[in-house]
Amino acid sequence: MDNRQKEINNLKDYKYGFSTDIENIQAPKGLNEDVIKFISNIKKEPEWMLEFRLKAFERFKVLKEPDWQKPKFTKIDYQDLYYYSAPKSMKDKPKSLDELDPKLLETYKKLGIPLQEQARLNGIAVDAVFDSVSVATTFKDELTKQGIIFCPISEAIQNHPELVKKYLGSVIPTSDHFFATLNSAVFTDGSFVYIPEGVRCPMELSTYFRINASNTGQFERTLIIADKGSYVSYLEGCTAPMRDENQLHAANVELIALDDAEIKYSTVQNWYPGDKDGKGGIYNFVTKRGLCKGKNSKISWTQVETGSAITWKYPSCILKGDNSVGEFYSIAITNNHQKADTGTKMIHLGKNTKSKIISKGISAGSSDMTYRGLVDISSKAKNSTNYTQCDSLLMGNKCGAHTVPYIKNKNSESNIAHEATTSKISEEQLHYCQQRGLNPEEAVGLIVNGFCKEVLQQLPMEFAVEAQKLVGISLEGSVG
Amino acid sequence: MKEQLQKDFDSSIKNLSLSQKDIEIKKFCLNNFIDKGFPNRKEEDWKFSDLNQIIKNNIGELSFYNDQASTNKVDTSVFVDGLEHNKIVFINGRIEKIDFEYEKKDQIEIIDQSETINEFKNSNSLSDLNNAFTTKCFKILLKQGYQLAKPLIIYHTTNSKIWSKNINLRLNFELDKDSSLRLIDLFNDTSEKNFLNIFYNFELKENAVLKNYKVDKLENKNIKYSFNNIDQDKNSISETFILSSGSNFSKNEINCNLNGVYASAFVNGIFSLNNDKHHEIRSIINHLTENTKSYQLIKSVLDESSKAVYQGKIFVNSDAQKTDGYQLSKAILLNKESEFNAKPELEIYADDVKCSHGSASGSLNDDSIFYLMSRGLSHQQSKELLINGFLLDVVEKITDSEIKNLIKNMIGIKE
Repeated sequence: MDNRQKEINNLKDYKYGFSTDIENIQAPKGLNEDVIKFISNIKKEPEWMLEFRLKAFERFKVLKEPDWQKPKFTKIDYQDLYYYSAPKSMKDKPKSLDELDPKLLETYKKLGIPLQEQARLNGIAVDAVFDSVSVATTFKDELTKQGIIFCPISEAIQNHPELVKKYLGSVIPTSDHFFATLNSAVFTDGSFVYIPEGVRCPMELSTYFRINASNTGQFERTLIIADKGSYVSYLEGCTAPMRDENQLHAANVELIALDDAEIKYSTVQNWYPGDKDGKGGIYNFVTKRGLCKGKNSKISWTQVETGSAITWKYPSCILKGDNSVGEFYSIAITNNHQKADTGTKMIHLGKNTKSKIISKGISAGSSDMTYRGLVDISSKAKNSTNYTQCDSLLMGNKCGAHTVPYIKNKNSESNIAHEATTSKISEEQLHYCQQRGLNPEEAVGLIVNGFCKEVLQQLPMEFAVEAQKLVGISLEGSVG
Repeated sequence: MKEQLQKDFDSSIKNLSLSQKDIEIKKFCLNNFIDKGFPNRKEEDWKFSDLNQIIKNNIGELSFYNDQASTNKVDTSVFVDGLEHNKIVFINGRIEKIDFEYEKKDQIEIIDQSETINEFKNSNSLSDLNNAFTTKCFKILLKQGYQLAKPLIIYHTTNSKIWSKNINLRLNFELDKDSSLRLIDLFNDTSEKNFLNIFYNFELKENAVLKNYKVDKLENKNIKYSFNNIDQDKNSISETFILSSGSNFSKNEINCNLNGVYASAFVNGIFSLNNDKHHEIRSIINHLTENTKSYQLIKSVLDESSKAVYQGKIFVNSDAQKTDGYQLSKAILLNKESEFNAKPELEIYADDVKCSHGSASGSLNDDSIFYLMSRGLSHQQSKELLINGFLLDVVEKITDSEIKNLIKNMIGIKE
């Protein structure tokens, strides 16, 4: 058995499926004003933050769960969930990593995210979120020197209220859709990033999300602000234990790029996808939206979606500033009974705005994959262009691949081009690879990696290697 | 609107000799329509064209009763010159003439189906409206092996006698094995502000060939909805060409079911719009068995504040291996007020398929205009030449040369 085969065998099952036995503090089950007040209280939030939450909750009460999506799921009982869960040891915030519960450190070590100084990944600052709270943020000092703020959002609410107040809800308002509004009401933690004017962030910033407690919804909120002329690259990774029930993950991510700023946001999403028969797994219903507020700003989304029972998200760009650029690169892989309905929205409002969408979907087993996207060029967005390419690859005849693009052009000086193809791996390609000594599985791996390359290239180095492996593992057992 | 519907329904039922059961079915359809009303933008299929709003803004109150007793004089001047053809003439929704003068009479059967209700594979409320109010319905049956010698032209004529009326039409066609039909729908409207609701059903048996050309060229203020359902058996071919230009609002829907192996469907369309016209083509090609093929090409030229919508869907069933599906829509926006919306959709459940779609929209290419102008053409001439070439591409897809020339003349496209 060669090395690759060994590696695959080791990883055949979801290797992040363990759960950590740790004492928790939980909010009472259910969703009501008291629970929201509980969350706000335990976080020692100022009055305006509680108002923000309650306003969202008011709105949430009149909203209905949407049902237009392709993957159908059994109704979620929002009263049967815990909206707050935190390791008990986090109640009085540990001042340094040395005071952190060893069990937590152990968990992150198992996940391959070392938080201790000596073992830290070179050049990546990590904010680790465990259930509802952020447990550790690394490399803080180094970042502070440059004026960069990278901390849990609960801390930012305390320490930088002027920034949070100004930008929180400015891209995803409290009056948004069902899941976003739910998040606004009950979000517990997440990351906050502020890059000051003219600063190029010297390292990758990263958040690692982990759902541990059962029956818990994870609602984190991320807010990234890139001030004039700044640059930041941000990574996000996620895992969860294997459980039989479906768990809800409804995060909100808001990005704001001011004049000449650039934000690069990469996600490697590997939530527990459920077992081979489609039992369990995470419902990943996430709202991600970026606002290119200033001139010449740029927001780029890269996502590798391999996990979750249902992935339902559309990272979007609102291109408001003139000459702003939006990009979306995506690989979505579904296997077994996984379902994905993902894509992007590019809303062109400013002049000379450009957007590019590259989406690669691979479905195998009995899974179902949908690309759904919107390109909307408004009448004021003169001289704007969009290029969209979405390719789907089908493996086996029990899976489905669908493409649903909405294309709206209201401007005669703007151009939109859209292309989509659906096909399978050709016999010739397989034959060619096998003839040269690769076994069928390796051949498929090679071809799929080639298929995804355009997107994988967009990821930062360390992630790209990881993602490439993940692509291979996700498709395990789907050949032949 | 509800009282008007009830009243008009009662008066139209009175003139028909329907069985109690059929009346019940018609009543059921009417009630369905009353419940749902005209389709609006909340329905996914009507997202880009809110018919309810369009009718409200352009017509206001509609009446639904059509007096079928009084005849209209057929105006022969509207007939197409220079092409021998069979005719069916509708005037204000009433069939005035069915004339197959060039055909063998024993090979074509015209069956009166007015007293039977047929279901349409269409879930929108307009099919209920059509079912409730159609009073006359014929089925045209082409017998095995018979190929029509001359094309059939259906003249849809409306005149100024009607106003704010809803007209419902229905025709059924059955093409038996090895038969073929060339069918042109020609719209001649001199009326204003009416809503036409047209349903066709085609049944194509083995090796049958259907060529349907729908030409809506004449300027008019009417609102049209037309739905074609095409069921195709083994080896059959359907070709649909749509010229969408004249009416104030028009939506053509093609629903094509490829039930037999080696069946193929072609849908080609041109939008040529100006003023504040709003047109839509929605096609659904269902690949239901293996080795079927579909090809679609839609091109639009949009001027002033006109709006075109193309929603095309390719559906591939899990049994439909070796499907070949292709779809392309292109639009030129000539004015900053004009708008093009597209939703090219793929829904695929089989892996050994070749499906693709493309969509592009934008302005006329400046480089091309520069090239032509530098060779002595004026700006206007260059523009016309480019548009001509752009649209010619679609017209060239018409496989019948006689009709191709006829349509070229109608649009004024030069070679």
